[in-house]
Amino acid sequence: MLRALVLGLLLLPVTAGALGVLAPAFGIFPALGYRSVSLAPFADLLAVPGLTRAVGLSASVGLLATGTSVVGAGLIAGVLAQGRWLNRMARWLSPILAIPHASVAYGVMFLIAPSGIVARLIAPLVGWERPPDLLIVNDPAGLALVFALVCKEVPFLLLMILAALPQVPVRALGIAAGGLGADRLSAWWYVIWPNLYRQIRLPIFLVLAYSMTVVDVALIIGPTVPPTLSVLTVQWMSDPDLSLRMRGAAAAILQSGLVLGAILFWIGLERGLRALGVRAIEQRVRPQLNTLRPIGWFAAGIIGATVITGLVMAAEWSMTQSWMWPDLWPRAGTLGHWQRFAADRDILAETLILALGAATLAVGLALALLERQEDLPNWALYLPLIAPQVAFLPGLQVMMLTFGLRQGIAPVFAAHLVFVFPYVWLTLAGPYRAWDRRFDAVAAGLGAGPWRRFWIVRGPMVLAAILKAWAIGAAVSIGQYLPTLLIGGGRVTTLTTEAVAFAAGGDRRLIGVMTVAQTFAALMPIVIAITVPRRLFRNRRGMLHG
Amino acid sequence: MTKLGLALAAVLPVAALAEPSVADWDAVVEQAQGQTVYWNAWGGSTATNDFIAWVGQRVQDDFGITLEHVKLSDTADAVTRVLSEQQAGQTTDGAIDLIWINGANFASMKEAGLLFGPFAEQLPNWAYVDVAGKTVTTDFTVPTEGYESPWAMAQVVFMYDTADAVPLGDMQALLAWAAEHPGRFTYPQPPDFLGTTFLKQALVDLVADPSVLAMPATDDVYAEVTQPLWDWLDALTPNLWRAGAAYPQTGPAQLQLIADNEVDIAISFSPSEASTAIANGLLPDTVRTFVLDKGTIGNASFVAIPFNSGSKAAAMVVANFLLSPEAQAHAQDPNVLGYGTVLAMDALAPADRAAFDRLDLGIATLSPADLGPAQAEPHPSWMTRIAEDWQTRYGQAN
Repeated sequence: MLRALVLGLLLLPVTAGALGVLAPAFGIFPALGYRSVSLAPFADLLAVPGLTRAVGLSASVGLLATGTSVVGAGLIAGVLAQGRWLNRMARWLSPILAIPHASVAYGVMFLIAPSGIVARLIAPLVGWERPPDLLIVNDPAGLALVFALVCKEVPFLLLMILAALPQVPVRALGIAAGGLGADRLSAWWYVIWPNLYRQIRLPIFLVLAYSMTVVDVALIIGPTVPPTLSVLTVQWMSDPDLSLRMRGAAAAILQSGLVLGAILFWIGLERGLRALGVRAIEQRVRPQLNTLRPIGWFAAGIIGATVITGLVMAAEWSMTQSWMWPDLWPRAGTLGHWQRFAADRDILAETLILALGAATLAVGLALALLERQEDLPNWALYLPLIAPQVAFLPGLQVMMLTFGLRQGIAPVFAAHLVFVFPYVWLTLAGPYRAWDRRFDAVAAGLGAGPWRRFWIVRGPMVLAAILKAWAIGAAVSIGQYLPTLLIGGGRVTTLTTEAVAFAAGGDRRLIGVMTVAQTFAALMPIVIAITVPRRLFRNRRGMLHG
Repeated sequence: MTKLGLALAAVLPVAALAEPSVADWDAVVEQAQGQTVYWNAWGGSTATNDFIAWVGQRVQDDFGITLEHVKLSDTADAVTRVLSEQQAGQTTDGAIDLIWINGANFASMKEAGLLFGPFAEQLPNWAYVDVAGKTVTTDFTVPTEGYESPWAMAQVVFMYDTADAVPLGDMQALLAWAAEHPGRFTYPQPPDFLGTTFLKQALVDLVADPSVLAMPATDDVYAEVTQPLWDWLDALTPNLWRAGAAYPQTGPAQLQLIADNEVDIAISFSPSEASTAIANGLLPDTVRTFVLDKGTIGNASFVAIPFNSGSKAAAMVVANFLLSPEAQAHAQDPNVLGYGTVLAMDALAPADRAAFDRLDLGIATLSPADLGPAQAEPHPSWMTRIAEDWQTRYGQAN
C-alpha cells in the first residue's frame, strides 16, 4: 500500500508529464490546431543549426564533469580516509554540498572571469588597463561549466562516500592491504574503493544525469554559441511562439535518450575498467599510488578555495553600492540590498517550510519502506531525476490543474517531494541496508520488539545516514527552480526563484544577496546533520563512523 | 421552472458579478476592493521591483487592493502558465491577474484568445493618454484593440563611456568604431529581446526604405531587405567583444561589462537607464547616451489581463492607476524608474503637468528634443526570422 503510494508519487507526475511531452513531440498540439501524428517536430529539431554541437556539448560536459568528479572525490576521500583529517575536512566539504549550484557558478565567475578578482590581482603587475579579452567563462567547449560542476559534484560524492564509509570495513581492509605491502593510497584504490564504489554508483548516475541536463549553471557560465541542449530546450519551451513547444518537446525526448545513452556508456566504462583492473592484478601490475597524494590535497584545496572565495565575493557584492574595474574593493558599500531583502520575510519562510517539510516527509516515507524491507525499482527512482524537468513539468502542471490541485504551496510541496524523495532514498537505502542485521538478531534475542529495536538499536546506528539524507533532501528542495515556478504558478516565491529572477538582470549585488541567503538556508540542515550525531555520540566514537 | 433552471438563476448573478464591466467604473472599483492582483512582471531590476512595490502600496491605500509582484525571469513563462491553464480547462481564478507584456508575447496571447478585454480604452485615465503622438494602440505593428493598456514608453539609446568612446551617428559609424577598437562593443545575444532589438535597430538604420518593414516579412522581400544587415554583421562580428564567441545574455548584463571596463558602448531600451544606473552605482559617472542621426526604435510597455483572472476588476484598477499622472510622473523620475510617460502633457491639469516639469531627468538622459521621434517597430515577423537567421549565422561559434 505504502509502496504503491510512493511509486505513484514518483511515476504519476512523470507519466503525465511525459504524455504532455510525447504528444507535441509527435505533432499533436490541439491548442494550436495540430491533431495528427507526425515526425515534423523531430525533423524541425534536427534542422536547427548547431544542434549537433549542442548535443555533443551536453554529452561531453556531462561525462567530463562526472569522470573528473568521481576520480577527484575518490582521490580526496582516499587521501583523507585513513587520517584524522577526514572528519575535520568533512565539516568543511559537506556544507559546500548544500550551496546551490547557481551560487557556486556565480562564485566561480566572480573568481576566474577576465574581470574577476584573480584578474584584478594580476592587473597591476602586468599592466592591464582593461580586463583581458579572453574567453575564460562561457567558452565554447564548456570547460568553465565543467569546472563549476566539478566544484559542486565532488562534495556531493564525498558526502555519499562518507555516508557509505561506515558500511565498508575500511580499517580492516587497510591494515590487511598494508600488511601485504600496499601503501595507503594503493590500499584505498585497489581494495577499499571497489567495495565503496558499489554503494555510490547510484549517486554517480545522478551526477551524470544532472550534469548533462543542468540549466541554471549552464546559463551562467556555460557556452552560449551554441548553448547545451538543455538550455536550448528551455528556450524553446518558453518561447512566445507557442509552436516551438513541439520542437522543445522533441528536444526533451532527445535529451532523455542522450542521458540514457550516457549512462549505458558509463556502465560500459565501468566494465572496461574492471576488466583492466582484473588483468593488472593477474599480471601483478600494481603501481604504488602514494605519490598521487599531493594531487588529492591539491584538488581538495582548489575546490574548497574556489567555493569559499566565491561565497566571500558574493557576500562582498551583496554589500556593494559601486564596484568598478580594476578596484580590488568596492568604492562604496551599503546594507540597502539586505534591508530590502529583510523586508520580505515570506520568501525565507516559504523556502524553509517547503524544504524542511518535503525532506522530513521524504525521510519518513523512505524509512517506513526500508523498515518493511520494501524495495523500489531503480528505474522508478531515476525517472523523475533523469527526465529533463523542463520537458515534463508543463505536462505535470496541466495534470495538477485538471485534478483541481490549484496553485499554492501544497502542489509545490508535492512537486518538490517528487524530486526530493529519490535523492533521500538513494542516499539512505544503501547505508541502511548495509547495516549489519546481526545487531537486529541480537536485540531480538534480548527480547526487544520491532519498535524498540528501531529506536534503541538501528535508529541511532544509522542516524548519521538519516540526517544526511534529510539534509540533502532539504538542499534539493531549496535548489528547485522550475517546479516552484511552474507548479506554483509564480505564487510561491522561494530564494531560488528570486535568485534566478535576479540573475536575468545580471546585477551582481542582488545576486550576491540571494547567493548568501540561499547558501545560509541550505547550510542549516547540513550543519544539523553533522553536529547532532557528534553531540549525541560524543562519548561513543564508534557511532560516528571513524 | 425546473430545478435546474432555479439553480441556474441562483448562479447567474454571481457569474455576472465575476465578469466586471469596465463601462461601469464605480462598480469595478467597488468590486476590486479586497481583491488580490498577482502581477507577473520581469523581476530582474531593483528599480522596477521597487516601483511595483510602490504601486502596491498606493492601490492598497486607495482601493484596498493587494498587489503581489510575481517576479519573472522571462515573460514567456507567464504565457506558458496561462496556456496550460487554458488546456486544463481552468477558466476562472487563474494564477495570473496582470502581465507586463509587449511584442511577440502579446501577439501570441491575443491570437490564442488568452486575454481579457477589450478594456484599456474605456479606463477613466485613458483620457490623458497620448494616442496621437505615441505608439500606444499598436504593439510591434499589431493593433492592441484594447486588450492591453500602456504604461511606459521605451526608446533605443546607446550608452557610452565618455572616457573611451564618442557618440556615433549611424550603424556604419558604429562598425568603423568597432574596427578601430576591437573587443570593446557587444550586444545581448538574440533571442534576448534587447539583442533582437539591436538587430532590428541595425536593420532599420541600414535599409534604404524602412517602410517595407511595416509589412509582414515575406519570402519575396526578406532576403533582399536583410542583406545589408548580414553584410554589416559579418564585418562587425570579428571585432566584437570576445570576437563574437560569447555574448552578454541580457541587457543589464551589459552594464556590468561597462563597469568592468570590458566594453565602452551598449544598447539600452530606456533613455534614462544610464542615469538611474549611475545614481545607484552600477555605472561609472562618465557614461552618457546618444541616439542615431535618423532616430531610434521606440515602443510601449503594456499590461494585459489573462482571460481567466479571478481579479479582473482589481487588475483594471491597477492598470488605470498606472495611467494616472501621479504614477506616470513617479515612473518617469530617474531616481525611481526613469521610464517615458505615455500621457499627453497638454491633456493634463496644470498641477499635474508641473509634476513632470519638475523632474530632473538625470545626468546621462537626453532631453525629449535630443531624443527625437521614435522610429516604428518592424512587424513581428521580421524579428522572428532575423532572430532565427542570426542563430544560423552567428549562434554557433565558427
